[in-house]
Amino acid sequence: MSLNELTIHELQDKIRKKEVTSTEIVTAVFKRIDAVEERVCSFTTVMKEYAFAEAKKADEEIRKGNIKSLTGIPVALKDIQCTKGVRTTCGSRILHNFVPPYDGTVVKKLRDEGAVFVGKTNMDEFAMGSSTETSYFGVTRNPWDLERIPGGSSGGSAAALAADECIAATGSDTGGSIRQPAALCGIVGLKPTYGRVSRYGLIAFASSLDQIGPFTKDVEDAAIMLNAIAGYDPMESTSVPMEVPDYRSFIGKDIKGFTVGIPKEYFIEGIDAEVDAAVKKTIQVIEGLGAKIVPISLPHTQYCLAVYYIIAPAEASSNLARYDGVKYGYRSADGRDLMEMYKKTRSQGFGAEVKRRIMIGTYALSSGYYDAYYKKASQVRTLIKRDFQEAFKSCDVILTPTTPTPAFKIGEKMDDPLQMYLSDIFTISTNLAGIPGISVPCGYTQAGLPIGVQFQAGHFQEGKLLQVAHAYERHSGIERRRPKL
Amino acid sequence: MAYETVIGLEVHAQLLTDSKIFCGCSTKFGAGPNEHTCQICLGMPGVLPVLNKKVVEFTIRMALATGCSINAYENFARKNYFYPDLPKGYQISQYAHPLAEHGRIDILLDGEKKRIGITRIHMEEDAGKLVHDERNPWSYVDFNRTGVPLIEIVSEPDMRSPEEAGEYLRRLRDILVYLEICDGNMEEGSFRCDANVSIRPKGETAFGTRAELKNMNSFRNVQRALEYEIKRQQYILESGGEVVQETRLWDDAQGQSHSMRSKEEAHDYRYFPDPDLVPIVISNEWIEDVRRALPELPLPKLDRFVAQYGIPVYDASVLTTTRALADFYEETVKLCGKPKIVSNWVMGDLLRYLNEQKRDIKESPVSPDHVAQMINLIEDGTISGKIAKEVFEEMYKSSKKPADIVKEKGLTQITDEGAVVKAIEEAMAKNPTQLAEYRAGKDKLFAFFVGQVMKLTKGKANPQLVNDLLKKMLSGS
Repeated sequence: MSLNELTIHELQDKIRKKEVTSTEIVTAVFKRIDAVEERVCSFTTVMKEYAFAEAKKADEEIRKGNIKSLTGIPVALKDIQCTKGVRTTCGSRILHNFVPPYDGTVVKKLRDEGAVFVGKTNMDEFAMGSSTETSYFGVTRNPWDLERIPGGSSGGSAAALAADECIAATGSDTGGSIRQPAALCGIVGLKPTYGRVSRYGLIAFASSLDQIGPFTKDVEDAAIMLNAIAGYDPMESTSVPMEVPDYRSFIGKDIKGFTVGIPKEYFIEGIDAEVDAAVKKTIQVIEGLGAKIVPISLPHTQYCLAVYYIIAPAEASSNLARYDGVKYGYRSADGRDLMEMYKKTRSQGFGAEVKRRIMIGTYALSSGYYDAYYKKASQVRTLIKRDFQEAFKSCDVILTPTTPTPAFKIGEKMDDPLQMYLSDIFTISTNLAGIPGISVPCGYTQAGLPIGVQFQAGHFQEGKLLQVAHAYERHSGIERRRPKL
Repeated sequence: MAYETVIGLEVHAQLLTDSKIFCGCSTKFGAGPNEHTCQICLGMPGVLPVLNKKVVEFTIRMALATGCSINAYENFARKNYFYPDLPKGYQISQYAHPLAEHGRIDILLDGEKKRIGITRIHMEEDAGKLVHDERNPWSYVDFNRTGVPLIEIVSEPDMRSPEEAGEYLRRLRDILVYLEICDGNMEEGSFRCDANVSIRPKGETAFGTRAELKNMNSFRNVQRALEYEIKRQQYILESGGEVVQETRLWDDAQGQSHSMRSKEEAHDYRYFPDPDLVPIVISNEWIEDVRRALPELPLPKLDRFVAQYGIPVYDASVLTTTRALADFYEETVKLCGKPKIVSNWVMGDLLRYLNEQKRDIKESPVSPDHVAQMINLIEDGTISGKIAKEVFEEMYKSSKKPADIVKEKGLTQITDEGAVVKAIEEAMAKNPTQLAEYRAGKDKLFAFFVGQVMKLTKGKANPQLVNDLLKKMLSGS
C-alpha cells in the first residue's frame, strides 16, 4: 500500500516509530495528485512548494520528538476557509483573486497541531449546491465514476480524499455539504454541533447553519481531526464555551445497551432500493452489536427542506452583500457609475445558483413578506428542534440514510434545482436543529457506487456518534475498496 | 390659518469607547486613512463580530439617565443596503428589540419644565467615510469610522417649535457629555441629528404628513432647517397643495433643503436578527451597578444649585451646562462662600475670557482657589470691586496669585482717612465752581466729586470711605 492510502492514525504510528517521514508522505501524496488530479479536479489551488517546505519543518520537529496529533500529515482545506497569503476563492469568480490577510481559527488550529496543507479544494460556489458543479473553477468528478458528481458542496475535499490525494480534509456543512459528499465518495464525514467548531475565517453562506467538520478515511481519524479543531473561540459570539472531551476515547467502546432511533419519516418512497437495502442491513448489524432499535417520529420532517430554503438564502442574501467590487475580489471594469459597477460586478461575479438564492433570500426578507416567510420559517425551525429534543429522550442516536440515492450523473440535475435540493433531504434537519451528524460508508451499489448511513445525536454528543460509528465500521463486514482511477 | 408644528428628533451619538463595537480597532479621530482598520471592520470574507461590553454599559448609562426601561431581551439586527462606505453591505443595528424604551428628557422653556418622550435608544455601528476627489472620476473610502459605536436616541413627536427642538437637543447633548459617553461635538459629527417635521391646523389631533430632514451639522442649522421646513409646508398647504412624505437634505450654504428621496424610493432594509450575534441578557445587578455610578445630571443639579446656593435659575442653568463648570463653581463657593458673587465672576469675567479664546473650563488658567482668594480680597477691603476686574484680567493672563498681583502692581486700596481727606481737599480746591453749585443744592455733582477723588487716588481709594468723607466735607460741616 502506498503511503497516501493510509489513515492519520496509521501514519502517525509509523512516524512515531520513525518508519516514515512527513516528506515521504507528502511525496506520495503529490505523486498521486500529479497522476489523477487532471481527471478528478479536486483542487482550486495546489500548495506543492508550501507542503514540501512544511513537511521539512515537520520532520525537524519529529526528529526533536515534538510530535503532535497531526504532525506531518497532509491535509486538504475546503476553499471556503481563509488562509493567510493563500488565495481563497469560495469557488466563485467574485473571489477568484482574493488573498486573505488572516488565517481562520480552524486553519490556525490545524497548523498548530502540525498538519501540512496540500491545497485548497473545489466546491460549489459559496457552498450552494450538492454536486460541486457550480464552481467557477470547473466540475469536480467522483473518483468512483468520473461521469458522476462527488456530491457537494464540499465535493473537492471528498473527491480528493477518496482519490487518496490527501490523508484528511476539511469541509463545511450548511445543509449536508460534508455528509452528502462523504456518502457519495465512500468516506467518513462529520458535521459537529453548531458552536463546537469555530466559524471564524469560514466564509459565510448561512451563518446560523454553517459548521466546519472533517472528512476522513475512517472513524478514528474523524475523532483525531475533531480533537484538533473543536473548542471555544473568543472570536466567535456563537461559539460555545464548553469543555472538549478527548473524542478518541470513544473509539473502540462497544454499544451494548445503546438505543438507536429509526425515524419513520426518513424511510419514504423515492429512496433508491439499493440505498434502502444497505441502510436496513446497517440496522441489523447495529442490533447485532447489542444496541436496542426503537422506532421514533420526527413529525415536522416534511417542512425541513422548505424551512431551509427560506432561512439559508435569507442569511446568504445578506452575507454575500459584501461582494460589491469596492474592496477586494472581482470588479467589473465597465461600470460607468456606482450603481452600474455594483450591478455588473455582481451579475458577472456570481453564478446562476448563487444569484437564484440571493433573489430568494432577498424576497423572503422583504417588507411585507418577512412575516410570511422568514419569521414563519424561524418558528417552524423551533418545532423541528423540539422534534429532536423529544426524540433524544428515548434514544442515544438516530440512524437514517445519508442520501436518497447514490452519486448521480454530471449535469443530471443542473437544470432542475428542486431535484438537486432533494438530495439533501436527510441531512438538512441536522443543521436546522444545530445537532451533530456523521456519515459512514455502509455498502456499495451493484454498479460499485458507495452508500452512506447517517447517525445524528443530541447537542455536543459527538462522542456518542463516534462511538456508534466506529463500532459499526469495525463490524460492518464491508470490504474496504478503493476507486480505480 | 394657524398651524401647529410637530417635531421628533433622531440623534446619533458616537460613544467614547477606546475600541470599536465589534473589533479591537481604535476609535480615535484623526488617524491617516484606513489606519484604524482590521479584517473585521473591513468586512473581509469569513470574519465575525464580537460585542464590546463597554458599548452596552454606556448605553445603559444613557437609558438610566433618561428614565428608560431596559429590555430583558435584546438582540442585534442587520440593516441591509448597498453603499461603498458600508463594507459588509449591512449595518449591524438593533431593530425589533432595542436596548431601552419609554424614557423622557425634561427641558426648560422660559423657566418652565416640559417633558419630551424618548421612544427608544439602541446601539449600532457607524459607517465609513467617502472622500471625493474633485480632479478624478473616482472616490476613496476611509473605513476608520466603520464600527465606531453609536447610540441612536429617538424622541417622541413631542416638540412644537424649533426652539423646543433646539432646547431638547442641547439638553440631550448635556446629558451625554455629563455621562462621559459622548463628546457631543456636532461639527465633527460625533453628535448628529435628523428631524421629522409636520404641521397641522391648530386644534387638530391627527398628525400631518411628515418630512425627514438630514444633514444639519450644527445647532444653528437644526433651527434654521426646521424654520425653513415649517415655512415650506405652510406655503404648500396654504396654496392648496399636499405635503409629500420624503427625505430632504439641508443645504447650509443655500439656506434651504431639497428632496433626497420620496417615500416610494425609500429603502427596504430587510431587517432580520443577526445570526452572528447572540441575544443580550442584562442582569439587574449590572443595571444597578451602572445606576450607582451615575453622576448627578444637569437638571437635578440645576434645581439643587437654586435651592442650595440661592442663585437665580438663569445662573444655575449656565453654571450646570457642563460638569466641569459646575464643579469649578462649587469648589469656589466652598472656599469663599458668597454664592451669588462667585456666580457673577464665573459667569461674567471667567466665561467671557474663556469663550473669547474658545477654551474649555478644564483649560482655565484661573483656578477656583484663585477666584476665591480674589473674592476674599474684595471682602476684606484690600481691593475694590473695580480694581478686582483688573486683578482678574491679570490673573487670567499670568495665572499668578491675586495677592501677588495686588502687591506687584500696588493696587492695595487706600483706607487711610488722612490720605483720602487730602485727596478730597485737593479736589475741592481744584473745582470751586462745582463746589459752590453743589452747596447751592445741585446734589448731582456728588458723583462728580467721587470721580475726581478716585482719579486723584488712581482708583485705589476705598469707595465707602470716599463716600462718607466726601459727604461730610462737601457740606462743609
